[in-house]
Amino acid sequence: MDFLNAIILLLNFTILPALTYGSQLALGAIFVTLIYGVLRFANFATGDMMSFGTMFAVILTYYLQSLGINFGMLPTALLTIPFAVFMMIFYMLTVDKFVFGYYRLKKSPPVQLAMVSVGVMFVTQAIIRIIIGPSDRRFLDGEKFILKAREFKEITGLNEGLTIKSTQIITIFVTIIVVSTMFWFLNKTKTGTSMRAYSDNEDLALLSGIDPKKVVLITWIIAGILATIGGILYGLDKSYRPFVYFNNMLPIFAAAIVGGIGNPYGAFLGGYVIAFAEIFLTYAYKKFFMYILPESLEPTSLVQLLSTDYKFAISFSILVIVLLFRPSGIFEGKKI
Amino acid sequence: MKQYYNVITAYSIMLFLIILVGVFQSWSIALSILNYCLISAVMTIGANLQWGYAGLINFGIMGYTALGGLAVVLISVAPVPEAWSAGGLGLIICLLIIVLMVLSIKLLSSKFKTLKNKTFIISSIIIIGIILIRFISAPAIENIESIDPAKTGFLGGLGLPVLLSWIVGGLFAAGVAFVVGKIALGLRADYLAIATLLIAEIIVSIIKHEDWLARGVKNVIGLKRPAPYEIDLQNTEWFINLVEKFNSTKLGLVNSISEKQKLLSQLVIDASSVYVKLCFTGLFLIVVVILLVLTQRALYSPWGRKMRAIRDNEISAGAMGKNVVKEHLLIFVLGSAIVGLAGAMMVTNDGLFTPGSYRPMRYTFVIWVMVIVGGTGNNFGAILGGFAVWFLWVQAAPISLFLISLFTSNLPETNELKIHLINSAPYFRFLIIGIGLLVIMRYRPQGILPEKIVKQ
Repeated sequence: MDFLNAIILLLNFTILPALTYGSQLALGAIFVTLIYGVLRFANFATGDMMSFGTMFAVILTYYLQSLGINFGMLPTALLTIPFAVFMMIFYMLTVDKFVFGYYRLKKSPPVQLAMVSVGVMFVTQAIIRIIIGPSDRRFLDGEKFILKAREFKEITGLNEGLTIKSTQIITIFVTIIVVSTMFWFLNKTKTGTSMRAYSDNEDLALLSGIDPKKVVLITWIIAGILATIGGILYGLDKSYRPFVYFNNMLPIFAAAIVGGIGNPYGAFLGGYVIAFAEIFLTYAYKKFFMYILPESLEPTSLVQLLSTDYKFAISFSILVIVLLFRPSGIFEGKKI
Repeated sequence: MKQYYNVITAYSIMLFLIILVGVFQSWSIALSILNYCLISAVMTIGANLQWGYAGLINFGIMGYTALGGLAVVLISVAPVPEAWSAGGLGLIICLLIIVLMVLSIKLLSSKFKTLKNKTFIISSIIIIGIILIRFISAPAIENIESIDPAKTGFLGGLGLPVLLSWIVGGLFAAGVAFVVGKIALGLRADYLAIATLLIAEIIVSIIKHEDWLARGVKNVIGLKRPAPYEIDLQNTEWFINLVEKFNSTKLGLVNSISEKQKLLSQLVIDASSVYVKLCFTGLFLIVVVILLVLTQRALYSPWGRKMRAIRDNEISAGAMGKNVVKEHLLIFVLGSAIVGLAGAMMVTNDGLFTPGSYRPMRYTFVIWVMVIVGGTGNNFGAILGGFAVWFLWVQAAPISLFLISLFTSNLPETNELKIHLINSAPYFRFLIIGIGLLVIMRYRPQGILPEKIVKQ
């Protein structure tokens, strides 16, 4: 029984939150990696672009709520995804036309494009703050919990409760759908293959008649879908705040590089690597050891490897270690 | 002389703008903008050294700025003896353990190259070291932080003059930059940018959460200054006389003695804040001029030519026998040291150390915008960028407020859009800076004052 309690404890406080957070990071990391792989630059506007898409979801959710429309047990925000994605893609294509496209045609070095993306970051952040302001917004409605700790205890008779938030299940579920569709698209369809070819070798791809404009267009569309959905899921799970989204860019970059930048599979797994490392290393294992160890060996301290203040620092340290020993990432990078 | 015309024009426009602020807003505001412009100029000199001279992207400016600020606290604040006796020993032992760890790992990796389980031994040294440190430091830190947590709760500094901390700030930053450079400089340009960005975040999060070091997010206030305090000035004889002399015509207009006294005391209060800021301006100007002379000499020395050769073509410079790795590390350390110095200057100017305020937006990206807008590879350009962008950053809100009221002047006061726009005026600074950067990158990628190549 104690062993079961310990498992439930870990599941409740580490594995489930890590899976959720990892999914959100993974979507962002695939976004970074796609832009890096196909358009060949590190996009420093990542966090703010995710924030931009989410902003429309938040605004439309509020509007729908004021009309009295809701999605039953599910959050209303899920209804707004198509609209938010559309706005996001529209914005990305506008930015690409007026900003990135020029440098791509000129074949500027990636560094210059990265600098330009810093400019885009400033502008995007300004637009977001002017439209919705910098404050914290919650837009989750519908059923909050699928399983409450008390109910779980009553059903199983265990000491430890398991709380399953609906956002956790929605996040994991939506991520599976989105990511598997995307991988199917990249690997099985003709357009996806041409994207991979373009990413592998631009000159050869152009020689074989691949239309670069189409590749760029499709890339931004996929990127828009990933960024918006990743942002909305994060906002539903925690809350929507522009500054937090900007900061999320950092673990997302870490995830993309750890997985091998340019490689979507790597980015997907990298998101989970970062999330699990962050949560496992900052969790206080005291209660866990109290369950599995005999009474005489029970720990007195919290048995916490690092304080939760260092959550972000962990992901960055992992990144530094990976860069030191395997600069191309855990999975070979720069492929798509 | 002719080649300096655009430099002189650009700087006169900048000076004119600051004087305009002085005339229309107040001289105190103008001087505080000027002081921050000078601090930004020091930062841009550092960033320009790395990006303009050597082509290294350092997105970790925030981290080095914070280290400079930390140096001010550690050098100038009076020590807290109770905290030292409560936990100083434990922390010193921890420091020794860290030094031992580093030394033993260095020894292992240099002397025993053929050892079989080297990685295993090194990682076990690290793990054992960390566990030991946690065991020793945890009670020590707890003791230190429990001593009068509202006021101290940290080890305090050394109680030395604050100007010394500027140099130490530079050294701190240089030391960390050396380690970071060793780790990250082998990476490709955009990887380097991301790695330095994240490492800076690690540095700041350590400063933020290690309360025993510098009180963390509880901030350190009331730091020493190298300039007199306003309160002291207001009670000094010569200063009051000076103010009286300067404003004799203004005072002469007032007839009654009591009103004259009132006006004088008001003038003295205003003048004292201006005087203090002038002192800082003088100090900062000295630093900027020294750095400018040094970097300018370096740029046109054989070393500067070598750096440009490395920047423009690493491979051929390497083939010519230049040690690319060593030079990159050197310039990375030098540039970071200058940024650290600027961080120390900034904290001294503010008189408080607030680790929570170090955010990449303000301390990394804005500095980069300064360098790129001003002119990469040209020190005068970089400094001008520091001035211009900081001026815009501060004055963007009033400017945008003015523009908003101009464009919405025919809308009624109760119009929701108007109210919303007026409330969000502070965020227009991001828009202005961002668009400025994009326009400069597109139409004048070499910056306002481009790099000059002197042909010999």
